[in-house]
Amino acid sequence: MATATIPRTGRMGVTLDPALLIPVVGAGVLIYLAVLPLLMLFIGSFQAEVAPREFVYTLKNYQAAYASQYTYSTFVNSLIFATGSAGLTFFLGTLLAWLTERTNVPLRGIFVPIAVVPLILPGVLESIAWIFLLSPKFGYLNVALMTLFGLDSPPFNVFSLPGMIWVHSVGQVPLAFLLMVAAFKSMDPSLEESAMMSGAATWQTFRRITLRLLMPTAASVLLILFVRTLESFETPALIGIPARIYVYTSEIYLAFNEYPPDYGRGGALAVGLLLLSAVGVWMYTRATKEGKKFQTVTGKAFRPRQFDLGPWRWAGFAFLMTYFVFVVLLPFLVLFWASFLPFFATPGWDALDKLSLDNYRYLYGFRPFWDALQNSIVLATLTATVAMVLTSLVAWIVYKSRLPGSWILDFLAFVPITIPGIVMGMALILLYVAFPIPIYGTIWVLMIAYVTRYIPYGMRAASGSILQIHSELEEAASASGASWWETFKRVTLPLLRPGLVAGWIYICIVSFREFSTSVLLATGESRVLSILLFTMFEQGQVTVVAAIGMCMIATLLTIVAVFYKLTGKIGIQT
Amino acid sequence: MIEINSLTKVYQEGDSAGVRAVNDISFTVDEGRFYTLLGPSGCGKTTTLRCIAGLEKANGGEIVVAGNKVFSAKDGTFVPAYRRPIGMVFQSYAIWPHMTVFENVAFPLRVGKQRVSNSDVKSKVKNALGQVELDGYEDRMATQLSGGQQQRLALARALVREPKVLLLDEPLSNLDAKLRERMRFELRELQRRLRITTLYVTHDQIEALSMSNVIAVMNSGVIVQEGPPREVYLQPKTKFVANFIGSTNQLSGQVVKIEGDGIGSVRTEDGEISCNVLEGLSVGSKVVVVIRPESIYLNQQKPAAAANILEGKIGAAMFLGEYVDCTVELGKNMLQTHQRYTTQVRRGDPVWVELPAGECMALPAE
Repeated sequence: MATATIPRTGRMGVTLDPALLIPVVGAGVLIYLAVLPLLMLFIGSFQAEVAPREFVYTLKNYQAAYASQYTYSTFVNSLIFATGSAGLTFFLGTLLAWLTERTNVPLRGIFVPIAVVPLILPGVLESIAWIFLLSPKFGYLNVALMTLFGLDSPPFNVFSLPGMIWVHSVGQVPLAFLLMVAAFKSMDPSLEESAMMSGAATWQTFRRITLRLLMPTAASVLLILFVRTLESFETPALIGIPARIYVYTSEIYLAFNEYPPDYGRGGALAVGLLLLSAVGVWMYTRATKEGKKFQTVTGKAFRPRQFDLGPWRWAGFAFLMTYFVFVVLLPFLVLFWASFLPFFATPGWDALDKLSLDNYRYLYGFRPFWDALQNSIVLATLTATVAMVLTSLVAWIVYKSRLPGSWILDFLAFVPITIPGIVMGMALILLYVAFPIPIYGTIWVLMIAYVTRYIPYGMRAASGSILQIHSELEEAASASGASWWETFKRVTLPLLRPGLVAGWIYICIVSFREFSTSVLLATGESRVLSILLFTMFEQGQVTVVAAIGMCMIATLLTIVAVFYKLTGKIGIQT
Repeated sequence: MIEINSLTKVYQEGDSAGVRAVNDISFTVDEGRFYTLLGPSGCGKTTTLRCIAGLEKANGGEIVVAGNKVFSAKDGTFVPAYRRPIGMVFQSYAIWPHMTVFENVAFPLRVGKQRVSNSDVKSKVKNALGQVELDGYEDRMATQLSGGQQQRLALARALVREPKVLLLDEPLSNLDAKLRERMRFELRELQRRLRITTLYVTHDQIEALSMSNVIAVMNSGVIVQEGPPREVYLQPKTKFVANFIGSTNQLSGQVVKIEGDGIGSVRTEDGEISCNVLEGLSVGSKVVVVIRPESIYLNQQKPAAAANILEGKIGAAMFLGEYVDCTVELGKNMLQTHQRYTTQVRRGDPVWVELPAGECMALPAE
């Protein structure tokens, strides 16, 4: 195998020795990015003191982390938060996907893009918006319900575990929705039809065929949601900490924020979270493989079978409308409204007089805002560029060169998917406090963290486009007389470009809204927008925060618009 | 066994008038017959089948299966798919990937109204699998079977409930050529053995011709010709049928003479041809004369008889093994002919083409 494929790279114009060197360098970079921090984290969790001259082994960090009076409650809270969120998100996402894909609910087509809109709302803002809506003291929805029904006490309290579950879930629904839409779309409707032709009634068909076929996908979606909730820090920070409901991510953050910071305990907690997340990801990959076994038929386009809901379709429509108004629209509206207020007040005629552009005027002259905006934009574009260059190189080695041992690269590039953002932050602190490379406290350490975390996303985009290029396409070019360079320039690159651009934009967006890694690493002059939001919200400048949020959303929308413009221009619509 | 009266199915797209996928068609399939709906994709054949199965609800007409009215637009009857005495095989086979071979076949016995005892399920499944020669595969996962085996499995599953009617929706189109040929034969043998009323949908003329008792050729939602395979092939009634089934030469011209018994003469640009003339045509009608490539004889010497002989020269000759595909340039037209594999001609050779009058058909030009 190996000997048969090496000449291929030779023919592509790369001589043998550099071709062997590239994977080694690639592996080195990946080890530096993904493995070294984890190693340092592991060592640090057994370290007696912070950054001492020599290593002193101790177990007291683990004792502090896992044998304290809070151990049990943190574990239970994390479990309830992750399970509850995964369950609720899955339920909402599946219901939305099913109603829009497989039923005859009126106007279902327009709800497909609407369901994805919340993706543009960063997690920090999602939490802030829901605090505006559901806070027991001043939440708009609470106030509205109390006056409407003459209640004595607010019906909702966002500062609770159910509140955390709700806020985190509605932010994750688009992901579950997209995954389930894909699952419904890839299902051959004749599998259900053949059950009906076998004499199975609608309910029997649904129970014995539809549900059973969806099960592997459902399992993998639930697992990914579970892991992502466990790793998330937005809701635990903004809602959990004020409510004194602590989960693993907030415990790590608090250990770091103590004075002096308890890196040892934080590290020990991070190792535990990492293991939990790794187990989740491992189970997820197994569930996904299981699901692939069920894909029997070719990649043929199906006309999905629509369930006739009869009069119930109006109930479905009512649900979609309610979801649209309360879950998609309201958070945006409340942020928009609050950004024009001098201080947070319930809406009413008297509040109308107070509306002004003062917050925006204030931001205009507010230096930290401009610094943070600049940092965020620079980081997002740099991260996306570095990550895509790195991953296309790695993907090319793994899928095209087929050099011996390239699977190691594939594995190394997958490792970061198991690293929760806050764990990454913790690990990098331990690494760069110990190593005398003066990047701690700069945006470069943030860039390293982002690039590492988003390598798996970049790999997916890059390998997707690389696999799509059949080697015959390149061979046909050389058979037409094109040199290696001409082939690359005129065939390979144009075919790769759409996938790489899509990956670039995606990483750009997630970097721009990143919070859980930045919260440990972004300090002072390296502060980014999401962190500025967080600190100012904690200081109580909530309406200025809303204005920053609007600017952030506007920037994200611009990125997306530019993305559509670019991808529209360059080639290949598949 | 199946009666279709004035069946109409309209697909509504937005506010427009909709697409008439099936437009007022009627036909009857007698008990034990193999009836084929043949036509290009989008002609409405699959929609018709799905209406009979109950997977689509038609907009007009009536469907009677095994003496029971299962659909009627007039009185609103609509028997759901799972209550119709029908077995169906899908183009993609629709084998459930989460079940074993045994469970796939046992499924129809375990759902539905009448309960079947466990021992009966076993013997019936065994019997059904035996009929399609899948004995011994019971415990395999269905996805481990090859394409051909999945196809037989789908057939066993459709038959296990002993339905009155078997519907087959292009069941052979996903198989490779060799396997398709064998399955064609096996499917036909099985149908003849069980004498089960079968409605078959395909776009493949060879499948239709080789397996059917009756073929209905469909185009744009209507049946354009119905009859036994031989008749549909040899006496097409429209240009569409002539073109769709087999390859065909067309010479346009005008009817100049009509004798009794449907025989007449047509003047074409390359000479007068005596041929069968379709009923309803009269002297002066614009027509095309269609003739199959394999019906045409080539003479390398001028023959003595002069009727239906056209002079031309060889355009190209391709040796295809089974026969020689030989084109002849007449004055204005080209003819494609199939000659015996022993034929040896060269480009430019003069030939005299002989068109047997009984195998030429004059059809309306429009």
